Amino acid sequence: MSAWLANAIEKGQQFDDWLSSQRRVSLALLKQKAWPGRKTEDWKYTSVRAMEKRTGATAQSVSTAELQPIENLDAIELHFVDGQFQGNSQSLPDGLSIVDLAQPDPQAQSWAVNAFAACKPQKHLFGLVNDALADNGLIIDVAANAEIVQPLRIVNTITQDIDVQHRIVVRLGQGAKATVIEQAEGAQASYFSGFAEYFVAENAYLEHYRFCLRTGQALSIGGSHFELKSEAEINSTLVGFGSDLSRLDVDVMHRGERAHAKINAVYLLDAGEKFDLHSCIEHEIGHCTTDETVRGIVGDKATATFNGRIHIHRDAQKTLAELNNKNLLLTDNATINTKPELEIYADDVRCAHGATVAELDKSALYYLTSRGVSKAQALVMLNFGFINALVDEMPNEALAQWLRPQLQKRFANMNLEPIEA
Amino acid sequence: MLKVDNLKAKVEEKDILKGLSLEINPGEVHAIMGPNGAGKSTLGYVLTGKDGYEVTEGGASLNGEDLLDMEIEERARAGLFLAFQYPVEIPGVSNLEFMKAAVDAVREARGEEALSSADFLKVAKAACKQVNLPLEFLKRGVNEGFSGGEKKRNEIMQMILLQPTLCILDESDSGLDIDALKVVADGVNSQRDDKRSFIVVTHYQRLLDYIKPDFVHVLSDGKIVKSGDASLAHELEAEGYAWLETYDRNAEEETA
Repeated sequence: MSAWLANAIEKGQQFDDWLSSQRRVSLALLKQKAWPGRKTEDWKYTSVRAMEKRTGATAQSVSTAELQPIENLDAIELHFVDGQFQGNSQSLPDGLSIVDLAQPDPQAQSWAVNAFAACKPQKHLFGLVNDALADNGLIIDVAANAEIVQPLRIVNTITQDIDVQHRIVVRLGQGAKATVIEQAEGAQASYFSGFAEYFVAENAYLEHYRFCLRTGQALSIGGSHFELKSEAEINSTLVGFGSDLSRLDVDVMHRGERAHAKINAVYLLDAGEKFDLHSCIEHEIGHCTTDETVRGIVGDKATATFNGRIHIHRDAQKTLAELNNKNLLLTDNATINTKPELEIYADDVRCAHGATVAELDKSALYYLTSRGVSKAQALVMLNFGFINALVDEMPNEALAQWLRPQLQKRFANMNLEPIEA
Repeated sequence: MLKVDNLKAKVEEKDILKGLSLEINPGEVHAIMGPNGAGKSTLGYVLTGKDGYEVTEGGASLNGEDLLDMEIEERARAGLFLAFQYPVEIPGVSNLEFMKAAVDAVREARGEEALSSADFLKVAKAACKQVNLPLEFLKRGVNEGFSGGEKKRNEIMQMILLQPTLCILDESDSGLDIDALKVVADGVNSQRDDKRSFIVVTHYQRLLDYIKPDFVHVLSDGKIVKSGDASLAHELEAEGYAWLETYDRNAEEETA
């Protein structure tokens, strides 16, 4: 047990609010958990030592920060600065309710109290800490059959060296449609714990983005967790830069027939950055499909970890699941730990998984340079091409256009020399 | 324009070119024919600077500049172009962005101003039409999912856009039906003038019916063993390459 965790448990016990009963359950679980070390399978490749040095401080002073809009994106902007919700002055469309988790709202809390920690698996230690300590966030409710055209963009900005425990609970009613963007960026030394739970009812469609763009000493451990009912569908795009510690857990629970999850993930790491993506797809029920594509580029001395698990339960017949992870290593010192896991207990399913680690395609480099393109520019084009395919697949073109130049800029500043054969 | 002098090159310790000499003047079209394994493709790779092809002796210059001393991209900017036998597929990089980057680079090297995106799009569309490819091919990944014939036409489109001074066509006819062959040949012929020169590497006389060569060379075992005018191609077509074995032996005996 680290001092940080002991401190968190202590603090969690003092909370007295509408989530108290949930917090108590998580605290009890937390007390039985061991602090993750190298022998903890879930944390084998990512050290949490950076967390051990933290004091768990929360904001002392009030800060302001401007929210940068995204060009051509007409979004409902939901901005948090140092864990403080900046409020929403936009009028909301019919069928959409957004409630500040820290404010009393009996109506929203009456359902959210049961949803809280109901789909996030209990195995996530830092998720349990978030259960105990989350003091800011949103409760979002989309009514049955409501189609919310404007994306909901939730941005977390942190301006001081503090811990932020942020929590989102989203419910999409039957046949509802909505887009939610979770975004965090910046390099301010801090710890951001952002956990989000999505309950997607029958026939509902969720378009989801999570941009984990915090770098440097900005530590992050978070998760996005989805429960899909019958014929529900999610299309999720995850984008990760690395930092001294950046970890994202994604869980999908197929809990109704013919649900579909499409997940595209991209990570792009520079310097000594670390990024650790764990995904776990639980096919609890038959006739569901999963299509997960993960592509990463690891430069310099950076380390990427990808653990992709697909668990097909005994009764989940007729499951179709595909998981693919491709990586490019740009230098001899870059590291990728990739582990696709298939666990299948049903006998009538179609599953495929694969992981590759490759260098840049030298014949492609020759081809581009043989047309007069400089080697440096050709390398940028090839790297970009490797992940651009997934950016091209983002359903929201404005977001794709916002993301592309950021990725390109990141490449341009990276060490792109291929490994000598 | 192009001067290749006693060029010797090896790949993975295997000698492929064994003293190849060739001189090409502005505006000339030279066909290089020969059996499999003679070194026809190697010549293109060595001249463009592909990794793994080591020059052990001899030299090559383009317009007086030492080609072998240049980086791959510098050779292209100096006016060299190789139409690949097997063009490379590059998903995620669009044809248009690739060609814009390439044309920008060669124009800059020639001291010409960069084309605006709008102007470039115009010339790219025209080139695309000229080789009979749908305009959407500009937006697609480079050669991604193109058929064999489409790839070859895409090579010719690139040539038209880059305006090189020396073009090497490496079996640009292989795998083409007669219509596609005509498109490729028409594309090449549209680029012929008194300054631009071509090396046409092919197995078959057929392509040379459409692209009339000024000279035909027979490459065998890393050397040019016979040169002549267009009629030599017909001879080869009729007789095949079997006679080369005896021909080589005789040549060696003479020099011995």
